[in-house]
Amino acid sequence: MAHLGAFETLAIGAAMFTLAAAISPMVFGTDGTGGSGTDGFWSWLVRSNGFHPPSVLDFFPDAVLFGGTVFEVNRVVVIRILAAAVLIGVFAIVAQRARVIPRRGQALVEILMDFVRVQVVEEVMGKERAKRYVPFLTTLFLAIVVFNLTGVIPFLNLAATSLIGLPIVMALWVYFLYLAAGVRHHGLGGYLKASLFPPGVPWPIYILLTPVEALQVFVLRPATLALRLTANMMAGHLLLALCFAATQFFFFEASGAIAGVGALSLSAAIAFTLFEVFVALLQAYVFIMLSAVYLNMALEDEH
Amino acid sequence: MFALTVLATAGEGSSPNPLLPANFDLLWSLVVFALIVIAFQRSILPKLNKILDERAETIEGGIARAEAAQAEAAAALKEYTAQLTEARAEAARLRDDARTEAAQILSEARAGAVKDAEHLTEIAVKQIEAGRQQAMIALRSDVGALATELAGRIVREALADDARQQHVIDAFLDELDSTVKAEG
Repeated sequence: MAHLGAFETLAIGAAMFTLAAAISPMVFGTDGTGGSGTDGFWSWLVRSNGFHPPSVLDFFPDAVLFGGTVFEVNRVVVIRILAAAVLIGVFAIVAQRARVIPRRGQALVEILMDFVRVQVVEEVMGKERAKRYVPFLTTLFLAIVVFNLTGVIPFLNLAATSLIGLPIVMALWVYFLYLAAGVRHHGLGGYLKASLFPPGVPWPIYILLTPVEALQVFVLRPATLALRLTANMMAGHLLLALCFAATQFFFFEASGAIAGVGALSLSAAIAFTLFEVFVALLQAYVFIMLSAVYLNMALEDEH
Repeated sequence: MFALTVLATAGEGSSPNPLLPANFDLLWSLVVFALIVIAFQRSILPKLNKILDERAETIEGGIARAEAAQAEAAAALKEYTAQLTEARAEAARLRDDARTEAAQILSEARAGAVKDAEHLTEIAVKQIEAGRQQAMIALRSDVGALATELAGRIVREALADDARQQHVIDAFLDELDSTVKAEG
């Protein structure tokens, strides 16, 4: 793609936009705004049939395939599969073409890898301990970034992490990883003792401290990892969708001066899109930073 | 337990609870995430890390090579400096030697010359002495004859007065002079 000029990119983008816009009403339904058959695509595009604020239902779209079964595929799952395919594809190509003297794409990938390794894992765990966990956390970071970013990519418009299943899977992965690390390092009893009965505390305190620590280690850490990510991505989607819906409503339905408010909501949409990119990166960073901290705590000899 | 039941019933309702995952959500998340993890752990990250290691090795090799070259240069410089110092010392030594030798030669020559001169002088003195001896011998033998002749003439002339006596002595001495001149 690097050799494409701005004009070709624009042309391809426009073609994809037209194609996707033509297909999307058929695939995802017409959202109650009337069929596209009689009026044509362009009038459908600029029509507003009342204000449609986003809702929690956005995260539970209709099934595309195998509805009602455990194999149900809906919009979120499609987005996840697409994002994973792009992530694996891009990185596989970069890894395949990787050279000792890097090109631009490879340099970017290496910057990301270095960021995770140096700024997060080695910073938290120290160089020696970090070696074992850098690949896990790098994978986690890249996956979360890509799954978060689908929230601001046109036509996907929904973060793959905004439906809680994926954050739960990732949090569980970290959970089992740090439990295993703790048990391997201290032995089962040793790990339980180290994490539930932190040394240097008079024993009556354990009556209070031990249940709290147990809740921390076995429930709260993975739960907060998953919830923080999901909640952030849901909020981001609601915010963006609200801005877009308002803009559509103000531009194509409201009359007179009120239509000008649409400019405001459009500016907000642009600002929030950029903000969501930031949040996507930040949440990925927070997730792996905390994962590294939890892993390190499990390996720590003394609290 | 009650809370869970409430959450579950809320999930059943018209607005699903976004905190409870649907079974297909978990299943597909697991599949997708597992694919990513496998791809990255098995293939992508090892490949990239191999390249990174290779680069680190190349850079380290380069640094090592540069260090070796530098050390070599430093050693060469040290050697050259040592050699130069040695050469300078050698030159100084040679100069000193030459100077000493020259002085020695000079003094020897001078001593030789003095010796030669003394020898020559000695020879000259000897020659002169020999000449004097010869002259003395010659004179001694002549003086007898001459004295005899002079005495004879004095007797023969019958010396009357001092004037005549004076005249005879003068004539004799003149004659002696002329013979010496004729001989010399």
